[in-house]
Amino acid sequence: MAIPMDLQVNGQAVHLEVEPETLLVDALRNALQLTGTHVGCDTSQCGACTVHVDGKSVKSCTMLAVQAAGTAITTIEGLGSPGALHPMQAAFRQHHALQCGFCTPGMIMSAVDLLARNPNPSEAEVRAGLEGNICRCTGYHNIVAAVLDCAKVMNSAPSREKAHG
Amino acid sequence: MVEVKSNGLIGQAVKRTEDLRFITGRGQYTDDMSRRQMVYAAMVRSPLAHARIRSVDTSAARAAPGVIAVYTGADMAADKIGGLPCGWAVKNKDGSAQAEPAHPAMQVERVRHVGDHVAVVIAETQAEARAAAELVNVDYEELPVVVDARAALAPGAPQVHAEAPNNLCFDWELGDASAVAAAFSKAAHIVKLDLRNNRLIPNAMEPRSCIGDFDSSTSENTLITASQNPHVIRLLLAAFVFGIPEHKFRVVAPDVGGGFGSKIYPYPEDVIVLWVARKIGRPVKWTATRSEAFLSDAQGRDHYSHVELALDKDANFLGLKVDTIANLGGYLSTFAPAVPTYLYGTLLAGCYRTPAIYVNVKGVFTHTAPVDAYRGAGRPEATFVVERIVEQAARQLKIDPAELRRRNFIPTDGFPYQTPVALTYDTGNYHATLASGLKLADYAGFAARKAEAAKRGKLRGIGISTYIEACGIAPSAVAGALGARAGLFEAATIRVNPTGSVTVLTGSHSHGQGHETTFAQVVADMLGIPMESVEIVHGDTGKIPFGMGTYGSRSLAVGGAAIVNATRKVIDKGRRIAAHLLEASAEDIEFTGGRYVVKGTDRAKAFGEVAFTAYVPHNFPHETEEPGLEESAFYDPKNFTYPAGCHVCELEIDPDTGVVEIVKFSASDDFGRIVNPMIVEGQVHGGLVQGIGQALLENCVYDESGQLLTGSYLDYCMPRADDVPSFQVMTECTPCTHNALGVKGCGEAGAIGSPPAVINAILDALSGLGVTDVPMPATPHVVWSAIRAAKGRQVA
Ligand code: FES
Ligand code: FES
Repeated sequence: MAIPMDLQVNGQAVHLEVEPETLLVDALRNALQLTGTHVGCDTSQCGACTVHVDGKSVKSCTMLAVQAAGTAITTIEGLGSPGALHPMQAAFRQHHALQCGFCTPGMIMSAVDLLARNPNPSEAEVRAGLEGNICRCTGYHNIVAAVLDCAKVMNSAPSREKAHG
Repeated sequence: MVEVKSNGLIGQAVKRTEDLRFITGRGQYTDDMSRRQMVYAAMVRSPLAHARIRSVDTSAARAAPGVIAVYTGADMAADKIGGLPCGWAVKNKDGSAQAEPAHPAMQVERVRHVGDHVAVVIAETQAEARAAAELVNVDYEELPVVVDARAALAPGAPQVHAEAPNNLCFDWELGDASAVAAAFSKAAHIVKLDLRNNRLIPNAMEPRSCIGDFDSSTSENTLITASQNPHVIRLLLAAFVFGIPEHKFRVVAPDVGGGFGSKIYPYPEDVIVLWVARKIGRPVKWTATRSEAFLSDAQGRDHYSHVELALDKDANFLGLKVDTIANLGGYLSTFAPAVPTYLYGTLLAGCYRTPAIYVNVKGVFTHTAPVDAYRGAGRPEATFVVERIVEQAARQLKIDPAELRRRNFIPTDGFPYQTPVALTYDTGNYHATLASGLKLADYAGFAARKAEAAKRGKLRGIGISTYIEACGIAPSAVAGALGARAGLFEAATIRVNPTGSVTVLTGSHSHGQGHETTFAQVVADMLGIPMESVEIVHGDTGKIPFGMGTYGSRSLAVGGAAIVNATRKVIDKGRRIAAHLLEASAEDIEFTGGRYVVKGTDRAKAFGEVAFTAYVPHNFPHETEEPGLEESAFYDPKNFTYPAGCHVCELEIDPDTGVVEIVKFSASDDFGRIVNPMIVEGQVHGGLVQGIGQALLENCVYDESGQLLTGSYLDYCMPRADDVPSFQVMTECTPCTHNALGVKGCGEAGAIGSPPAVINAILDALSGLGVTDVPMPATPHVVWSAIRAAKGRQVA
């Protein structure tokens, strides 16, 4: 039986009717057509599905949609747009931190959360902080470079995300 | 070969055009797509590795909510849907053909690996389809199982296919056995090794997904599928599986989330979704769960090899003898026979002038998932054999491993070089990559670092691998003679639009490699127009003339060369149009900086003006030219390309725990000319981590009953950010001599060169303890056990 729920997604009020067993990631991808959030595994290991729930990164395959009632969710589509990239999105492009792009939305959402918690991470802290996100293409070298550089950029110029992170 | 000269864009680290959609979540992978009235498929898979299917009861599934249909292998057979064809046929030693058992998309009588396809459930939602699939009741009669390739060859082993007695698919050889025997008889030293190349699961992050659709009003079939080569899928499915004409069959491979080989082949699910769409008249989507990917994606490697190297008293290589048993899994995947033969045996010369080489490979069926090309495909296995035995020889003969390599390299002035295993290397400079790789790694300073580490109680080791590979497969005639059942050319069309912008249609497929950027750099550079004026279109048989797709690092070397040739035709036609406009002869017109200039004058027409004239041909050379400006080229290469390089791994081992930490990894690679160094470095990084993953972390394990023990990311150890270091990479350049760009390919080198560098470094670190071998993956437990065993031997 479908359960009605209200939440905010990417700054917009959303009303959904979801089955009790529907995962948040499926609600985002199917009901809301926000297909930038990906599914890369079925054991909560890969991080491709990472979104922000009330400002914190969450693997959206580990959460039931109904658990998100009343929360504010940000997906990759809401983080920035092609015309107004979030600094982390810009850093990923600048440093060639993506190849096939499949892990990228989740990786970016995790990386943003990582800097919100630790604005000045070391390389080792970045690597440990992204341990929950698997990338098969890049070998991580450029992802780490992008996150370290983004930290510098965000520390030197006040930005939107710093305010709400 | 007329070389393409750079006008500025070729060679630049241009940021990628495709990134914008991926970093903002606007990529369109197959599972992101929907079609009107679409329904969902879920597979019923065998839970057993070998069993006879007594009966399939679908009644409960049919009655489940949302279920539209349930079909079995018998239904498919009744519709006369063909099995999946094998695209490569090798010959046995005695000249006879390989065994080639059928590979139906769904099984009727017998299943041959866990995850084999038995039935399909179609429902209104994915959740309903998956739930109902659990309700299909299959009565199996369990049969004996064999998973190990050596065991499969033993007398009395369980048999996988009646058509392949003793589970032998082929018994193949290459090289001159008597020359090798003669070399060994006069050897001063013989070095021997038994090696295992561990089985891997490719694990592209996007699980496979496909949508089948059929329009009965036009008889048009559409298959959207996460594939590396849509045209090959169309060719094989149209001709061998469905018997439908190609002009009524469109295959689209949209954004694809990585492939690494695993998305080259047509899979049973591609067949099933299209077949069902035709039956029920609605589009059908299937998307793999990761668990299904573990069970059903083609896997990689899985070799056992015995290797012997003969050397003279001065440590010159005299002969190399290799015996390999390759596991092919339960069915022949599309290119499975090629991988352990022509992509393996032919590379056993490495970078060395070993005069006599002989290899025997037995390809063997087992009750495991099919094995096919995975990043490097045969070349990592060959490199592992060669670079391990070379380093073993150095240790045994107490020669510096770098020096032993130098002594035996093909000399820099020795090209073209005909190897004893069929290939002709066109160019290379192995001394250069070795020298710069060692410098990058500060090889000379290693002893001091080892001593310092010892003070901290750590065992420090350094290992080298000087690999070679063959890319850009291949001349079609050669591939055909070697067993390929398809051509290996590439196609391109350059469509100049009336206002001078350019649409490039390419048969190569990008699933992470950045073709939309690299190819646009080449075309924009050649035409002297901005990159923004060039659009790259790929991955759709409805738009692109033809293509053989992307694998074997062939996109730029073959696909790029086709683009160059088509662009040259455009430039030439434009020259003839410009000659008319400028009232000069075409020979007197130079194309430079995007302008057709009458030599020695300032009279010129811009490329855009010429394009406009071609489509608004009021003042036009109608007697000799047709209107329009669009040219195609099909390019068939003259030879493979031969990237080579030197990888150096430096690591520390904690002797108490066996934990290996890579402290520095340096790579000097020769990829010929480079169009976009940023993208090339990214390819190297990714390949290195897959190679390091093979050496230290990844292992696909089946238990004796054929159950996959490593069927999720909890059990199959994927490299994560904190498992690997940052890298030092650089390139040397000897341009390829037979393509216009001088490029060689860079996609696989990292995965090919790195595993032996890592293992050689571990053995160097442990050499003082008397450890002579450590299998892959060298997990802490494996390393710790090797240390313990060696200590035990020393005590005893
Ligand atoms: S899909 Fe959520 S962690 Fe993999
Ligand atoms: S870019 Fe392909 S998985 Fe990360």
